[in-house]
Amino acid sequence: MNESTTHAAIETVARDSYGRLIAYLAARSGDVAGAEDALGDAFVAALKQWSAEGVPEKPEAWLLHVARNRMIDAARRKEVRQKSETFLQQIAEEAQAVAEAHEYFPDERLKLLFVCAHPAIDSAARTPLMLQAVLGIDAARIASAFLVSPTAMSQRLVRAKNKIRDAGIPFRVPEPPEWEERVSFVLDAIYAAYTTGWESLMETASTHHALAAEAITLGRMLTHLMPREPEALGLLSLILHCEARRAARYTNDGKFVPLDRQDTTLWSQSMIEEAEKHLRSAAAFKHMGRYQLEAAIQSVHASRAKTGCIDWKEIALLYEGLVRIAPGIGSLVGRAVAIAQADQPAAGFAALEQIPSDRTADYQPYWAARGYLLRLLNRKDEAREAFDRAAILTDDPALREYLLQRSAEDTDRIA
Amino acid sequence: MKYALLVHQPKEVFERRDDKAAIAAGRAYGEALQAAGIFVAGAGLDSPRTATTVTVHDGKRQVHDGPYAETKEFLAGFGIIDVPNLDAALEWAARHPAAGFASIEVRPILGFGVAPAKPA
Repeated sequence: MNESTTHAAIETVARDSYGRLIAYLAARSGDVAGAEDALGDAFVAALKQWSAEGVPEKPEAWLLHVARNRMIDAARRKEVRQKSETFLQQIAEEAQAVAEAHEYFPDERLKLLFVCAHPAIDSAARTPLMLQAVLGIDAARIASAFLVSPTAMSQRLVRAKNKIRDAGIPFRVPEPPEWEERVSFVLDAIYAAYTTGWESLMETASTHHALAAEAITLGRMLTHLMPREPEALGLLSLILHCEARRAARYTNDGKFVPLDRQDTTLWSQSMIEEAEKHLRSAAAFKHMGRYQLEAAIQSVHASRAKTGCIDWKEIALLYEGLVRIAPGIGSLVGRAVAIAQADQPAAGFAALEQIPSDRTADYQPYWAARGYLLRLLNRKDEAREAFDRAAILTDDPALREYLLQRSAEDTDRIA
Repeated sequence: MKYALLVHQPKEVFERRDDKAAIAAGRAYGEALQAAGIFVAGAGLDSPRTATTVTVHDGKRQVHDGPYAETKEFLAGFGIIDVPNLDAALEWAARHPAAGFASIEVRPILGFGVAPAKPA
């Protein structure tokens, strides 16, 4: 067998089974870094042996067997402490059983996802950890998406993996009453993978696209791993709704287009349909949550493609529910804008004014919304000041230009 | 795995430690740890006012009055428990009677290794 065929076979296994292999090995050793090293070695061994002897019948089982041996060797070299014999014994027996008897080994990625988003892990490390341990993305690529140096990102990941091993964070699926909170950490970490993509939109397009795609992969994986959790469906629906509009967010010459002015023919109908399907499945569980509400708001926006108008009253109602369960600054601003758009600009502005100023000082969408609402109220000078402040607070050049144009519109009218 | 539960509390709280209800709650917690079969060791500590700190530099002993560092919060007590993993340790830490007004720091004890996970 030639080398390129072997490469292709290894790539297929890596793409389809990387997270499952890491999860299986790490769940038994409690050591994510050790599992990654062992699997890395197994892939190197595969490259050599498969080229010479052909791809084995069960490539995953082959890799698992080699990786397991590597982990046992590494453990012996370190003269690991008490109890490790039990672990070595256990993993040896299990890996053998998997190689012989099962067509496939158990999928323990859910445990790995819960470990990556464990509250004892630094919140800034949770999303990068998931991207690396579950999807096998290398630290340098994660670093560029998160706009930190590769060294800093590597250190963050190493610290998190050491914490998992040394503090004894267990590989387990939490149960109620813990379930709801722990699931929310997993959802937040996956959503952060997607929103990090948005922020780096004006960086290299390829980096951005890669992370958005990985976030969708993680979202799909989660709905598969917890099919009875409506919030997982809600999160996937939300991400798909946002992603469906990618082509419409900027004009061909790079100008920012706000959501309510986007050309709906540029929206991906297939993604919107998938998003709607997941939202309907979520609703069947009759257990509302933050991500379902956010997805429902995006769903109302999406229906403009068919109806030509936006039902702001419906959106205001959904935000009302959202601020009750998740009173984040984003929901509070969104609610104020929706009230104003539903023919009540004064009430909308009052809602905006109620947001504590310590939360709004450096929050760009607040100042953009403030500018927009002040203009509806014909308070032009204040509107211009708000748009200018919003422009200062964004690092997206296209959005900054858009906000400065809105600010200048008011100047023109005054002059 | 063995974990230390280190109770850090503000200085003022030390002055209220003869409170009967608090003493009873502390005792009940200790008994619960015993009953669960996870208790290894534990004790409450007297006020940092009573602390004396010792260092040895170049073979010469130096003693000074007061705790190791003047901070807002001081070590007020510790417990050592033997539980399967961090989640179990955190659960017991949250049940500590001081958790409502003090911070309970959970640290693994060195030298006891990583407990193997139970088979799936």
